[in-house]
Amino acid sequence: MHLLRLHFAVALSGFRRYATYRVATAAGVFTNTVFGFILAYTFLALWHERPHLGGYDQSQALTFVWTGQALLAAAALMGGGFQDEFQERIRNGDVAIDLYRPVDLQTWWLAADLGRALFQLLGRGVLPLALGSLVFDLALPASPGTWLCFLAAVLLAIVVSFAVRYLFALCGFWLLDATGLGALSGLLSVFFSGMLLPLSVFPGGFGDTARLLPWSAMLQVPADVLLGTHPGGAAAGLAFQAGWAVVLLAAGRLLQAVATRKVVVQGG
Amino acid sequence: MAEADRRPLVAGPDGGAFGAVLGRAIWAVRAYCFIAAMWVRSTMAYRTSFAIMLAANFATTALDFAAIMIMFGQVDALGGFTLPEVAFLYGTSAVAFGLSDLLLGSAERVGRRVRDGTMDVLLTRPVPVLSQLAADRFALRRLGRIVQGSLVLGWAVSRLELEWTAGRVALLASMVLCGTVIFGCVFVVGGAFQFWAQDASEVQNAFTYGGTTLLQYPPTVFGRELVRGVTFVVPLAFVNWLPALRVLGRDDPLGLPDGLDLAAPAVALLCCAVAGAAWRAGLRSYRSTGS
Repeated sequence: MHLLRLHFAVALSGFRRYATYRVATAAGVFTNTVFGFILAYTFLALWHERPHLGGYDQSQALTFVWTGQALLAAAALMGGGFQDEFQERIRNGDVAIDLYRPVDLQTWWLAADLGRALFQLLGRGVLPLALGSLVFDLALPASPGTWLCFLAAVLLAIVVSFAVRYLFALCGFWLLDATGLGALSGLLSVFFSGMLLPLSVFPGGFGDTARLLPWSAMLQVPADVLLGTHPGGAAAGLAFQAGWAVVLLAAGRLLQAVATRKVVVQGG
Repeated sequence: MAEADRRPLVAGPDGGAFGAVLGRAIWAVRAYCFIAAMWVRSTMAYRTSFAIMLAANFATTALDFAAIMIMFGQVDALGGFTLPEVAFLYGTSAVAFGLSDLLLGSAERVGRRVRDGTMDVLLTRPVPVLSQLAADRFALRRLGRIVQGSLVLGWAVSRLELEWTAGRVALLASMVLCGTVIFGCVFVVGGAFQFWAQDASEVQNAFTYGGTTLLQYPPTVFGRELVRGVTFVVPLAFVNWLPALRVLGRDDPLGLPDGLDLAAPAVALLCCAVAGAAWRAGLRSYRSTGS
């Protein structure tokens, strides 16, 4: 009970920390909206040539674009969030302080990142999606049940995104300078989440493989849940996400156990 | 100190005002090169890290192009443009943006420097602030985007069945050069803007990264208002759209007067004047946080 309250407090401070920078948030909304427009027009041209490409009609494809912009910051699809900060703490040794706190390292950062994500979902996600729906004809569902499923899928997307970034950041214990790996993790997630192009448009076996990777749980699956286009239904999508979340969080704990044994705190 | 002493502070009795301006410009570029060279040396101390970052930089933009290739796996034309034609737009946009990002990309750190107070240090040094800022953390890894863009551009040129007359070659060269200058001006104006709106540095990304993404696709894909906006408000259309349409022998969707597609050098000069004025205004309005 005590630990639960503590993690709630950490999440709340993560939320408040990002909520402090209102101008930065407005700037982010602006940029997400501009990118949404650029992508929406290219998708319009693509679906004009090939209606029903990837199993989406034109308004579903546009909904995919704006869902991507809404989740870009919340699910940290380009990397970042806690990752940079955690990596820096590993590099400069401050992680030793984190380790002697009476809280688990992974759940501490997960709570902080959930707080950040919740703020960015509200502050940077809702508005671009709303603006997009004003200008374009989006296929947003009317049933509250679908929206609830979508919210669950978004939460799981954030957890999977955290688990992946946590694994990449932990590599810093061995590499010391994990900046290059951070960049790699960002570009993998942009491409394989469906941020550039829905994974259902990817050709043949490559597309099928991409849909099985954890990154697809970060955007492709939530978007499909929202559109009602997930093969096997929304429940299968949520189960896929939950599966990856459990596997990756467990892998994170395992790697963390090995990594923390490596830490040597120098005196003085 | 020896270098700083050579800086012509005021016009001597024999140089005119022009000599003073020229001298200051040369000093600004020389100082930029000194600082950039220092950062290159420091980067090369961690060669593996540099190699990874260079590869990551290359791969990030290569995946952008991979997405376009996947699109063309499904369609033969996008907005009426074929893959080699889109690759031509992509290559010119990526190379021009890559060069300006390499040379001036660090100027986007103005907001952070204002916030943490390190802007003051730059003001005390006998080197133009813009030179110091633009060369600060000079990132050689940004060559990755330039190399990737050049490869795509080379492929596009080889696949486009065009006769490469002297005029077309000159137009291509001027596209890359003027495009670099125009994007560079966007970086400088963005930096100046951050003197007022320190936290809003992300707005700049919409024009820089957003701009280069926009220009990678044919103008026929976008709404006329958007095309008009990037022609007359933020003149990104002069980076590649207008000259490229002429190279490719296509009509422009706005039906602009003939000859405007050759106006890129004039537009680039105008951008420089605007960016210079914006930068000076921004710098003058700077008030130290005093902390």
